[in-house]
Amino acid sequence: MSVRVGHTAEKSAFPILAHEILKDQQTRRNVRHATDVIRAKRALRVEEMPDWQELRTAAHAIKTHTLLHLPHYLQQFEKNCIAAGGQVHWARDADEANAIAIRLIQAAAKKQGTSIAEVIKVKTMTSDEIGMNSALEKNNITPWETDLADMIVQMGNDEPSHIVVPALHKNRHQVRELFLEHMKLTELGTEAEDLTQAARHYLRKKFLEVGIGISGANFAIAETGSICVVESEGNGRMCVTMPQTLISLVGIEKVIPKFQDLEVFLQLLPRSATGERMNPYNSIWTGVEPGDGPQEFHVILLDNGRTRMMANVRERETLNCIRCGACLNVCPVYRETGGHAYGSIYSGPIGAILSPQLNGMQHSRSLPYASSLCGACYEVCPVKINIPETLIHLRGKVVEQDQNSITGMFSQEGMGMKMAAHLFEHPRQYEAAQRLARTGQGLFEKDGKLVNLPGMAAGWTQFRDLRALPQQTFREWWKQNKRNKA
Amino acid sequence: MSDARFTVLDTIRRQLAADPDIKPELAESPEAAYARIPRDYQRAAALDHEEILELFYDRLRDYDSELIFTDEAGIPAAIAQAMRDAGETLLLVPTGVPQSWLPTQGLGILRDEQLTTSALEQPRCVLTGCTVCVAMSGTIVLEHGAEQGRRAATLLPDHHLCIIRRDQVVETLAEALGRLTHLTAPITTIAGPSATSDIEMTRIRGVHGPRRLTAIIL
Ligand code: SF4
Repeated sequence: MSVRVGHTAEKSAFPILAHEILKDQQTRRNVRHATDVIRAKRALRVEEMPDWQELRTAAHAIKTHTLLHLPHYLQQFEKNCIAAGGQVHWARDADEANAIAIRLIQAAAKKQGTSIAEVIKVKTMTSDEIGMNSALEKNNITPWETDLADMIVQMGNDEPSHIVVPALHKNRHQVRELFLEHMKLTELGTEAEDLTQAARHYLRKKFLEVGIGISGANFAIAETGSICVVESEGNGRMCVTMPQTLISLVGIEKVIPKFQDLEVFLQLLPRSATGERMNPYNSIWTGVEPGDGPQEFHVILLDNGRTRMMANVRERETLNCIRCGACLNVCPVYRETGGHAYGSIYSGPIGAILSPQLNGMQHSRSLPYASSLCGACYEVCPVKINIPETLIHLRGKVVEQDQNSITGMFSQEGMGMKMAAHLFEHPRQYEAAQRLARTGQGLFEKDGKLVNLPGMAAGWTQFRDLRALPQQTFREWWKQNKRNKA
Repeated sequence: MSDARFTVLDTIRRQLAADPDIKPELAESPEAAYARIPRDYQRAAALDHEEILELFYDRLRDYDSELIFTDEAGIPAAIAQAMRDAGETLLLVPTGVPQSWLPTQGLGILRDEQLTTSALEQPRCVLTGCTVCVAMSGTIVLEHGAEQGRRAATLLPDHHLCIIRRDQVVETLAEALGRLTHLTAPITTIAGPSATSDIEMTRIRGVHGPRRLTAIIL
C-alpha cells in the first residue's frame, strides 16, 4: 500500500513552513482579503435560513449513517452505475488509482485515434491528493485544469492553498503575469473581468476538442448510481458533457444513500462554500445516456487511507466532510498563514485532521497542533464535524506513537514526561525539584517572566511569556503558617 | 482489480467491527436505520403560490435574468421580442419543442437533430422548457427530456431562453427533487449565469456556461 496525500512526505512541519510564510506580506494580505469576503457572504446566506441547524443535524446523521453501512451503499452504487452503462473500478491507494486512470486514458485515446493524449479536468481535490497530474505527465498525457483557480495553480506550478478557491493567495496582477506567459498573449487587461474572458477564450477550444474528461464527485448516489458535480463556471458541465469518455475519481466517503438526500447537501454546500443560495450549476448523471454526453463512463472508487479511519467515531467523523472550506475561512490560524503552511493540499482545520489520518499518522504529524482549539470551525461546519475534539484525539495519538517509538522514548519530551510522572508520584523528590528549578531559573528570569528558555522549552518562550516560579510554593507556605498558628 | 474491491470492502467491515460503540447500529438493516434520520428542516412550502412566484421572480432578477410574462398563445411573440432585444436571428431548438411555440417568420430556427459540436457552436441562442423551478434559490431544473434537449444544447449557446409554467415553480428544493420522475436521466440545475469569484473574490458573471437567461413565464 502506498497511501499518498500530495507531496506531504517531502514537506516540513507546520511551524517551519508557517514561519516562512508569515514573512510574505503579499500572500497574507491576499488570504485575509479572500477569507473576509467569503465569511461575510456565508454569514449573510446562513442567517436567512431559519432551519440551518436542522439541516446540519440531518446532514451529520445522513453521513454518519452512510459510513456505518458503507459496504452496503458502495455495492448498491456500483450495481446501479453498472446497470446504467458505467464501469466501476476500485483503487486501494494513489498509485493504483493513477494506474487505472492512465490505462483508461490510453485506451480511450487509441480508440479515438488521437496521437497525443490529453484530458480536460474539472476541479477535483481528490486528484490533487493522489498526485494525478504528475502521474499523467510522466505517461505523456497532458492534463488541462479548467477551473479558473486550478488553471492558475497549474500554470504557476503551484499548490492549491484553499480547497474551494485554490488560488486565493494570488492577486490579479500575479494572475495576469501567468496568463500573459502561458496563453502567449501580448495584451491583457488587469481587471478580473479581462482575465476571466481570457480564460473563456483560451479553454473553449479544449472543451470542444479534447475527447477525454476527468472529474471528481461531490456526491455519489447509491440509490440511482448517479454522480453529482457542483460548480459555478460551467467548466464542470463542459468536462462531463462534451468528451466521448469520462472518468470520475470518487473517494469512497462521497456516497450518499438516496437521491432525495441532495435536498440537504445542496442547501448546505453552496451557502457554506461560496455564500450563494445555490451555485450556478449542478450536473447529475447516471452511467451513459444514449445520444447525450460521454458514451463511455468510468468511476474509480478510491480508498487511499480512508478505510483506516473507520474504527473510531472521532476519526470516522472526519469522513463526513463535504469540502466546503468554511472551516478554513473562519480559522484564525489559517487566516494568518494561508494553505501552504500546512504542507498538504488539504489545509486549514479540515486539513489538520484529515491529512495526518490519511497518511496513517506518518506525515503531517505537526498539523493537529496547528490550531488554537477556538472551536470556530465546528460552529460553521455544515456536517457538524467536531474538529476541536478530533484535534485533541489526534494529538493524543501522536504522543502515544512517540512514546512507543525508540527515539520518542529517549527524546527530551518523552524523558521529561516520564520524569514528571515519577516526580508527581514522589512528593519529596517533587519538592526538591521545585527548589532546584527556582535556583536555576534565575539565569532566564526578567521582570518576573522567563525568557529565552533553552532546549525544548524554547518553542514556548519564543512567542509567549512564562511566569517565573514563585519564591515560595503553596505547600511551603502552608507548612510554615500552620506551624506559626500552632 | 477485484482484489482491490475485496480489500476495500473487507477493511471497512473489519474496521467497523472493531468499534464496540456501534455494535447495535451495525446489526440493524440499513433501511431501518435510514428511516430514523431526523429531518426537521423545512421540506414543504410555507408560502402561498402567489408569494412563491414573487420570490422566484425576485431571485431571477437578482441573477440579472430577463423576465417576460405571457400565456401559451403569446409564446411566439415573446420569443420574437427576446431575440429582437438581443439582436439575434438564429435560434437553436431541441427536437421536442412544439412548433406552436415558435415564431413563424423573422427567425432562423435550427432543430438539434444530432448536430455536430461545431454546428451547435453556431447559434448564440437556445430555447427550451424545464421540469421544475425552486423559488428559494432561483434554481431551474432540467431533466433534458424532449423539450429540454441534450445537455450540450443548453451549454454551448450564450443565451438561454427558458419557458416556465407558473405551476412548475415550487418553494423548496425538497419539493423540486420530489417532482422529478426520471432520476437516472441527466439532470442539470441552473441558478443564474455561470460565474466565478476565483480572482480576488470579485464576482464575474459569465465564464464558460451561458451568460444570459431569459425566463418566459406562462
Ligand atoms: S470540515 Fe466541515 S467546514 Fe471544513 S471543509 Fe469539511 S465540511 Fe466544510
